[in-house]
Amino acid sequence: MTAALEVVDLVKRYGDRTAVDGLSLSVPAGSVVALLGPNGAGKTSTVEVCEGFRQADGGTVRVLGGTPASTRARVGVMPQGGGGYPGLKARELLTLFSRFYAHPHDPDALLSLLGLEEVAGTSYRRLSGGQQQRLSLAMAVVGRPELVFLDEPTAGLDPQARRATWDLVEHLRAEGVSVLLTTHLMDEAEHLADEVYVIDHGKVVAAGTVPELTSSAQAFVRFTGPVGLDVDDLLRSLGPDAVGKESPAGTYLVEGPDGPQLLAGVTAWCATRGVLPQGLQTRRTLEDVFLDLTGHELRA
Amino acid sequence: MTTWPSLAPRGEAAPRGQMLRAQTRAELTLLLRNGEQVLLTLVIPLGLLVVLSQVPFVNVTGRRIDFFVPGVLALAVMSAAFTGQAIGTGFERQYGVLKRLGATPLPRSVLLLAKTSAVLLVEVLQVALICLVGALLGWQPHGSVFGTVALLVLGTAAFSGLGLLLGGTLRGLTTLAAANLLWFVLLSLGGVLYPLSELGPGQDVARLLPTAALSDGLRQLLQHATWSGQDLLVLAVWAVVSLTAASRLFRWE
Repeated sequence: MTAALEVVDLVKRYGDRTAVDGLSLSVPAGSVVALLGPNGAGKTSTVEVCEGFRQADGGTVRVLGGTPASTRARVGVMPQGGGGYPGLKARELLTLFSRFYAHPHDPDALLSLLGLEEVAGTSYRRLSGGQQQRLSLAMAVVGRPELVFLDEPTAGLDPQARRATWDLVEHLRAEGVSVLLTTHLMDEAEHLADEVYVIDHGKVVAAGTVPELTSSAQAFVRFTGPVGLDVDDLLRSLGPDAVGKESPAGTYLVEGPDGPQLLAGVTAWCATRGVLPQGLQTRRTLEDVFLDLTGHELRA
Repeated sequence: MTTWPSLAPRGEAAPRGQMLRAQTRAELTLLLRNGEQVLLTLVIPLGLLVVLSQVPFVNVTGRRIDFFVPGVLALAVMSAAFTGQAIGTGFERQYGVLKRLGATPLPRSVLLLAKTSAVLLVEVLQVALICLVGALLGWQPHGSVFGTVALLVLGTAAFSGLGLLLGGTLRGLTTLAAANLLWFVLLSLGGVLYPLSELGPGQDVARLLPTAALSDGLRQLLQHATWSGQDLLVLAVWAVVSLTAASRLFRWE
């Protein structure tokens, strides 16, 4: 099957700064791909080149087999923030966008799917941030696109609105629509994405399905308990191959070659100390992978 | 349980005519819904027409209403095509609306055509109301309807170019300030509030400004049934220069 989006060796510079540095990625038709990365990693720059908002300084981008400009009618775009006429009402704005397409969705049906029917007659400027964002999502899909770009679609949404957005993305995929989304929400990528690209400093630092990214040769146990347990003693009890640490305070992480033995050893050691390990977890999360790959320091 | 409509892909651009109608309608809705725009394009011109023609602040040659209707028509065109377009476009850029429209199948040419159509429709409303109020106050126009329309269209082209140049290059709030300031300056020197002859030697400079050229051209035609070649030339030069500059310098975001 051909890819809906194919990016090869993409370079994007702003003056002296290289925002995207030889990045390649592919969105197979009918799949959801997430770009995950810290602020300033180059996610939005990558997406904006694919959307045709910016010119690449190097590399190639093929969108549905063509260029961004030649495929506008088959691509839906939800940019980060804004993009509505403040003076138009929600329904007017969505209806306007629907009139740019030959076979649009019914605007009212989309509004109710996203829980916006109550504010259909409210002007864009009076919508809450979350409502504006859901309307923006509706504007991106109203033309029945084949490929959808969503730049941080759920940033700042409450749990219900996030769920409505996720449902829509899942239904799009079920109907064969391809989706490229950027996010820095791990659970969003884990929940939605068939494939995740972890991006940092404009490069792909890891790529794969969530199970591929989170699996490792070493077994893994994490639990929380009282602050200051004797980690060295725990590791001695687990045998020579175990490694571990307390980080942050009260959260313990140990790794070893044999999962079942490791878990049994941890719980046995805890029992002798009269400690009940809470939140036992035996698989690395995407967040663990992400922090390992991109570091723990804060980014501006 | 929500019933989901089919989301199967079927992306195709609408016919251009449909896009043009939808976008024109949106632009017109935005213009008429915005209180400041209505104040600027309708209330102020009509208010000035009534006050200036009824209260003898300044001396004019001929009948007062015949002097002031052409100037107020020029003011109305300037307000809609220049000030309104500049402010609207400036904020649309700042809010990311134009960028977002760029990701839809709506061609930029159709967007600009829709903006122009909305301005022309507002002008039809303005001209109708000004002529109606003028007629009620005893206005007796001379000259041809064709000539009047030609002057109004030429003036619209010149002012639209200036409006898009301003709104397409400056930030929203800067555009707002600059457009209002220029509106006031061009009004003051525009042969709208008083005859340009009051400016003495300065009138030769003022007549090179688009508002004065339009008001003077309309006045020559509607009051004296004559054409002013200089005014036509001045408007044509402003139109060519401003539209060329706007198309070169306009930024979409």
